[in-house]
Amino acid sequence: MKLKESLQQVSKPRRRFVQGLIAGGVITAFPSILHAASFSVREALTGTAPELSGKEIKLVIDESPVNFTGVVRMATTINGSIPAPTLRLKEGDDVTIRVTNNLSVPSSIHWHGIILPYQMDGVPGISFKGILPGETFVYKFKLQQSGTYWYHSHSGFQEMTGMYGALIIEPREKDIISADNEYVIQLSDWTDDDPMALFRKLKVQSDVFNFNQPTVPEFFNEVSDSSVSNALQRRQMWHKMRMNPTDLSDLSASTMTFLMNGSTPMANWRGLFRAGEKLRLRFINGSSNSFFDVRIPELKLTVVQADGQNVEPVTVDEFRFGPGETYDVIVEPTDDAYTIFAQSMDRSGYAKGTLSTSSNIDAPVPALDAVEWLTMTDMMGNMASGNEHSSMPGMGGMQSKEMDHSKMTMDHSKMTMDHSKNGMPQNPLAIASSSVRHAKTEYGASVDMRVDMPRTNLDDPGIGLRNNGRRVLTISDLHSLEGIINQQEPEAEIELHLTGNMERYSWSFDGLEFGKSTPVHMKHNQRLRVILQNDTMMTHPMHLHGMWSDLENDKGEVQVRRHTIPVQPAQRISFLTTPHDVGRWAWHCHLLFHMDAGMFREVVVS
Amino acid sequence: MNQLIRAKSLNIFLLTGFSLISLPLLAQSEMAEMQSQGINSLEERRDPHAYSGGTTLTEGPYVLEGNERLTLADEHAFYALLGDRFEYNEQANTVGFDLQAWYGTTFDRLVLKTEGEIRKGSLEENQTDILWGHAISTYWDTQAGVRFDYYQEGENRQWLAFGLQGLAPYWFDLDLTAYLNESGNTAFTLNSEYELLLTQKLILQPSAEITLYGKDDKQNNLGAGLSTSTLGFRMRYELTRQFSPYVGVEWTNMFGSTADFAKENGQSDNNTAFVAGIKFWF
Repeated sequence: MKLKESLQQVSKPRRRFVQGLIAGGVITAFPSILHAASFSVREALTGTAPELSGKEIKLVIDESPVNFTGVVRMATTINGSIPAPTLRLKEGDDVTIRVTNNLSVPSSIHWHGIILPYQMDGVPGISFKGILPGETFVYKFKLQQSGTYWYHSHSGFQEMTGMYGALIIEPREKDIISADNEYVIQLSDWTDDDPMALFRKLKVQSDVFNFNQPTVPEFFNEVSDSSVSNALQRRQMWHKMRMNPTDLSDLSASTMTFLMNGSTPMANWRGLFRAGEKLRLRFINGSSNSFFDVRIPELKLTVVQADGQNVEPVTVDEFRFGPGETYDVIVEPTDDAYTIFAQSMDRSGYAKGTLSTSSNIDAPVPALDAVEWLTMTDMMGNMASGNEHSSMPGMGGMQSKEMDHSKMTMDHSKMTMDHSKNGMPQNPLAIASSSVRHAKTEYGASVDMRVDMPRTNLDDPGIGLRNNGRRVLTISDLHSLEGIINQQEPEAEIELHLTGNMERYSWSFDGLEFGKSTPVHMKHNQRLRVILQNDTMMTHPMHLHGMWSDLENDKGEVQVRRHTIPVQPAQRISFLTTPHDVGRWAWHCHLLFHMDAGMFREVVVS
Repeated sequence: MNQLIRAKSLNIFLLTGFSLISLPLLAQSEMAEMQSQGINSLEERRDPHAYSGGTTLTEGPYVLEGNERLTLADEHAFYALLGDRFEYNEQANTVGFDLQAWYGTTFDRLVLKTEGEIRKGSLEENQTDILWGHAISTYWDTQAGVRFDYYQEGENRQWLAFGLQGLAPYWFDLDLTAYLNESGNTAFTLNSEYELLLTQKLILQPSAEITLYGKDDKQNNLGAGLSTSTLGFRMRYELTRQFSPYVGVEWTNMFGSTADFAKENGQSDNNTAFVAGIKFWF
């Protein structure tokens, strides 16, 4: 780690739209500091990851120099590659994975989305003590599922500096998804800066990486295009609330280089296909802090799997996914070349690669979409449809007319009243409670927003994708194949709110950062409903370890089995879970910086 | 003379407007925040520990041996050094500085503020506050501690300090502090800053500062009541978000007996200065 810190001292040119080198990882000249290093230097292998399979796997965690942008930096790698080796395992197998830590600090590997005993889950300080420097930890577990998953470090910011890889579990029986060929497409983000230094910058100035902020000339352009009062109205709420309408991502391309299979856009990862082939693309968002909007212009994407679980096929042009989520899609290319285009949600940059019939054909690269301001829907949920009730700090005198201009793109489900008032349904837990209850601890310095009338609709593609002329996947499109989810009704219900204070760069559940929180206790094998309400203006990919999250809609219909659920701003969602494995588990936002800032809860199943 | 009076009244007008807008905004925001119970009355609010079943991060079933537990950045201390002003004042031929540093967690911090003027290589005047900052609401920190004033010519002073620093609605940065010193004098300072983004990197920053005293401090030529006001505009170009050169103009006015003291010493009670400097933070 020392060496890494000293490397951070080497020149740090500020870049916007870092596009990277043609060939990442090829190092021609080491800085002198590397020569002085006391260990052997082998640069990280980048590009398509090597594949490992079988029941016995050996992984070695080490530091490796890497050069994505023209500057050599130290990465933390698994078996010396970024991404880490793709593990291709078989459902039903008992696997033994030996992980040796050659770093000078503790490390760990978490098997994301895998059902296993809690001691094997790989979260230091919760499931085990971590893998100390020089030690080897032996992970042993039986694979009880199949599909596309991934694995990554759960220690500090190691995941952000290169520790992530694909984990493919082949079904025991014949795969019901048929394809002639397949590719893993793992998206990630790379920074030349020390992640902790970036985190500290956000603590000092939380909009430090946002170069799409509203400006004065834009205001005057709007005045001349419409009117002074329209332009003022559009800004008033944001100013009053001290919130930024372009706060879409904490880290932008001003510090991040977006990678596809460890390749920069310039390095252009390529997957070859033969004419007429049907391809299965296993998309994994292995990034630390970036939502990607993925599309392949001129190709329809048929989504067949979400988070490793088969879904009823749905054909779309584009999908958005956050860190931790995976989607398998089937494509049937007919042309010679296509661009796989994954723009970051804040529109500051993109990852890209090419699908082609030969290695010298490329397809055009689309332009980044324009940045859209968050809407009132993102800030207030259903309240945006005209209800004046509000409890957001600084919004005391809010008038309903201030909200009218928000473009309502979604059909918001009608507000349901607390069912206890409308006569009891047969099972009071048949559908999720819609009466919002904020936690006592949401009224303080940790929280900058509380949504009183959240939206519960699942058919919103999200900011920047609404009405973009493309068919964009929404969560409401996803339905697990029959037999995946048990239809047992919940016996209990809990409600938690996702909270934060952007100005202080603090994130939490219920206004309690992890260090101040107590675990959520779940009874072993008791079917439980979890309501998550997002009282922030950012989308949080919520990952619950050790058990499935069976997402339901606001009518109580269970839709799709996930391990990571993106919860949109001002949205209230619910899922059912059966905690079938005892132990302590992690539950957190998979935006790494949000997790580390405190949007993290421990779960105890007993 | 007429011109001077006009300039001065314009200054006072702008300044008072600026300060008077920001204070009620602050009050309004905090009132709204406190009153905004929204849909949940006090009793209806959830206990955030209600789901714990008696477990904690270090107690209960399956806890790690040795009570080891995960710690994240919310329990980590951070630091910052903020150089708001570091500038050459052509009119006074001085170098002015206004620096802040903090160390601590999200909600509790040691805060150091220091500002002053250097003339011909020696420190002419300096005010340093050492404060404990504590977050009391979404956007506001209370700050309590001590302040040391240094005067090359004059009497040094020590004060107790209590203030508020934060962000008011409409993005006004405010810093207001009340002081009490050993001889029973009181003081009040109000700082306000705003940022207008002309582009993502070219930023105009208006700022205002007023100082009031409870009693005359003849040794330091400070008079009771409204003492000085400063109104400034600085235009900076952010080479990076953390480093930006700027140019600016600043109007300073003295009032009441402070103005009288200045005149007795043969100095003007107001001045206009052009400044050039750098703004930075680490």
